[in-house]
Parts: sequence; C-alpha cells; structure tokens
Amino acid sequence: MTFSKVLVANRGEIATRIIRSLKEAGIRAAAIYSEADKDSLPVQIVDEAYPIGPPPASKSYLNGPRIVDLAKQIKAEAIHPGYGFLAENSEFASLCEDAGIAFIGPTPENLKLAGDKRRARQMVEDARIPVIPGSHKALLSLPETREVSQRIGYPMMLKASAGGGGRGMRVVKDESALKEEFFMAAAEARAAFGDPTLYMERFIQNPRHIEVQILGDGKGKVIHLMERNCSIQRRHQKLIEEAPSPSLPNSLRESIHEAAVRIAQKINYRNAGTVEFLVDEENHFYFMEINARIQVEHPVTEMISGIDLIKAQISIAAGDGLDLKQSEVARWGYAIECRINAEDPEEGFTPSPGTIQEYRPPGGFGVRFDTHLFRGYEVPMYYDSLLGKLITWGRTREDAIRTMDRALQELTIVPLKTTVPFHLQVIRQDDFLKGTYRLDLVEQILGPEVDREEED
Amino acid sequence: MAEDNTIPIKAPISGVFYRTPAPDQPPFVEEGSVVKKGQTLCLLETMKVFTKLKSPMDGVVVEILGKHEVVIEKNQILFHIKPQ
Repeated sequence: MTFSKVLVANRGEIATRIIRSLKEAGIRAAAIYSEADKDSLPVQIVDEAYPIGPPPASKSYLNGPRIVDLAKQIKAEAIHPGYGFLAENSEFASLCEDAGIAFIGPTPENLKLAGDKRRARQMVEDARIPVIPGSHKALLSLPETREVSQRIGYPMMLKASAGGGGRGMRVVKDESALKEEFFMAAAEARAAFGDPTLYMERFIQNPRHIEVQILGDGKGKVIHLMERNCSIQRRHQKLIEEAPSPSLPNSLRESIHEAAVRIAQKINYRNAGTVEFLVDEENHFYFMEINARIQVEHPVTEMISGIDLIKAQISIAAGDGLDLKQSEVARWGYAIECRINAEDPEEGFTPSPGTIQEYRPPGGFGVRFDTHLFRGYEVPMYYDSLLGKLITWGRTREDAIRTMDRALQELTIVPLKTTVPFHLQVIRQDDFLKGTYRLDLVEQILGPEVDREEED
Repeated sequence: MAEDNTIPIKAPISGVFYRTPAPDQPPFVEEGSVVKKGQTLCLLETMKVFTKLKSPMDGVVVEILGKHEVVIEKNQILFHIKPQ
C-alpha cells in the first residue's frame, strides 16, 4: 500500500530530504511555502507547490488548520511534518487524522505523552528503567521547590515542564543559589512556552548524550537502529553527532538499546522516534526524554544502517506496518554529521544572514550534504540558521573523521560566515579523536560563554 | 544627523524588527517616549536569535522608522532620538 500524494508541511533542508524520498517511492510530492520561501529549493524540485502565508512561521508553517484545509483541497492523502514546527503538535496530528489524512509520524497520544516531560519520566520509571533522580511534582512556588530540593540533592537542575531546547533550564549549584535561579527559570519558561511550571532533576555532571533511533508500528512492535552520540553541543543545541557512539562498552550499548525499545513498546509507539539518555562518568545511563519526530541528525543512522528512515516513515504511515526485522539491522562503518549554521564562530556565533554568491558543496566517497542551498539563494531571516548538514561515512571512525576534515575544507559558501572553522577545531581535538569527549568539550574549546541575554 | 539634532539609531544586524517584547505585550517605546541610556528600544530577530537594541543615551524618541514584524537591513536607521 502506498500514498499517491503527500504534502510536505515544512521547509528548507528537511523538506528537500522528504521530497527526495517521496520521489523515489513514486509518490507525488506537494510542498507549502511562505512568501519568504517562494524561490527555495523544495519549491523548485517538488511536483506541486502552494503558498501558505506570509513569512513569519506563526502565520505560515505553524498554521495547522490552513495546512490541513490545503491538503484536503489538493487531495493529499498524507502529511509529513518534518521536524520542528508542527511535528510534535498533537492537535495538528489529530486535525489531520480527523480529516482522513495520515500524519506521517506518531499518534496524537504518543505526542501528548512525549511532550509531557513529567508524565514521560513517570512512565519510564514505572517500567523500571533508570531515570535521572528528580521530582514528579509540578513546581510553581519557591517553598515547594526548596522542599523538593532537599530530597533530590545538589547540584540540581530546574527545567520547564512545557518545553525543551535549553529554555527555562537552570543549574542550581547549591541551596544559596536556589531563590534567584528559581525565579529566572520560571520567567524563562513562561516567556518561551507560556507556562512557568518547572520540574527538578539531579544535575548529572559532564554526561554523554546517547540517543537511540527507534521505529514502531503503533501496535507494540518496535525495533531500534542503534545509537547516536550527540554530546557536542553549544547552549543545548547539537552541533556534531555521530553513529555509533565511540567508547561505549558493548554491554552498556546493548542495555541502552534494549531500554529504548522497551520504552517505545510500552507506549505502542508509532513511526520514527528517538529515546534520549544521559550517561554519567560511571557509565550509568538515565532516561532523559522521548523525541517523537524524525530528528535533524537522522542521516548518521541511515549511513551506518543503509536504511532510509524517511521511506520507513512513509511505509509505516501507509499501513505497511514495520516490515524491517531487528536481525536485519546491522552496523556497517561509522558516520559523523556537522550542522553547518550561518553563524560566525569568531564573533560569538552571531547570525550571518545574506545571499549566497558562491556555493560549492563537497563531494567524493563517503560525503553527503543535506541542504537546500544553491548559488543566489537568499537565506531568510525568519527561520533558523541551519544551512545544511554535512555527513561523512567511513569504514573506520578515523576514515569518517578524515573525510569530514577534507569535506569541511572543500565546502564553499561565500560570503556568509559559517560554523565550518569551529567544526574543524572540534574534530581535530584530542578528546574527539580518541572518542572520549563528553558534554563539556565545546566549553573546553570556547571557554565559558557569557549569556547573550542581558537584564534591562 | 537631522537638522533638529536628533541622533539616528541604526540596526547592528539585519533581522525582523519587533516593537514589542512579545506578541501580546505593549511596545517597548512610542514616539515621544523618554528613554534612558541602555533602555531597550526594540528586538531584532535574526534566524531565531534575538538581539535587544538599546538606546545609547538618555533622550526622547522622536521618530520610529522600523515597522513591526518587517525585515530590516544592517545599518538601516530605525529610530531618531533627541538626546537630553
């Protein structure tokens, strides 16, 4: 079974990615575009393109009802939401399904659970999988927060219940810092997500971020496609990811895979998702969260498994179930991804907008560049600064790193400033080469960065 | 510099110009607002990164040239402020 037409409700590199898999699957691809994206690459390569509104995302890519209406009008049988925007919005997923349009992703129930961080933690704890010691309690006042902190212990972290991405997240070193950090975290959470509710977790010192790719059929059958290491982050934003993770004892690797599968099975997870864990310095792993969407860094998993995850998503959504067996998933080689952003690492990563006058992507054996760039493209102001994802594959990890080093140097984007020099710095670092790096690697390289947000 | 001794305030970066801190909030300043040095005049959003543009001196906002939610270019004049 398959779809005859799918609407891609996204933009940029991921829309390009999805359209490519749709074409290979013989499915007619329709795209939406805001006024700022009318000349973009997805619009150029798609079969049908439709304007969806003015540039701001809130008036275009986030307009769920308008997108569903359009899908009905053009007789699209399914919508792929990509990542970001409405990808994890359970109301949008329900709107699609109520309109008889397949949502290429998890169920509304999966989305609600994954999006409620406290409920997700509780569910995992009930499954007897380690979670970061923390409170289940919704924290809205300082006295109750102080009380809970005495149980959890220091150092601890206050996090926004309604969202992630590092917003509304503050580390509290000890009791004396609690009052100030509580009010700042609540204010940030309210500003970012409209909800000041916080929850608390023990702060794991210098962890590694290990996540597992899963695919589920929505009926309890789940397989994993191995793990990724995403510990290279700046301000909680991933910059470099790799698969498999270096320096993981095999028994630990298997335990993490198994835990991810059990979690997804427990909630009858449907379609593609990722279960994230932190691994501490004693190699204890702790559940962090479920990302109920296809992720930015999915290509590194594709490169080592040979499996097209977007096609797998489409297949599951079309009712083919999960026809991939766990025994068919095997690793071949090593892959690394660098997120190339339009930011100037020499000026505190300040955004570097502009029109691309010269563009030459790298090529060669083991090089993949997932991007929407072309010469003459004007990078819009309204969306994120991701220009493309440079992915390399090698039979050994050393090969993948050497190819990445060469490909980063070959990549030409003029005149925008990009994070390429920073990536080169990271992959040449000793701890990176040895594969022993942890979450503090970026800070080690850049030094502690002053928060861009200054008080009035 | 204008004849009435106002100082032009230019955008340090291109981006989307916002007169308000959030969609449902009142503007940072209006024409006629008295401002202090360091006070936020507007927000600029460049690829999801927000920059607060702050007044370089005490004064009065004489003219607001930036339009809410419209992209402005680096070095474009956004405000005229009469120093005090």
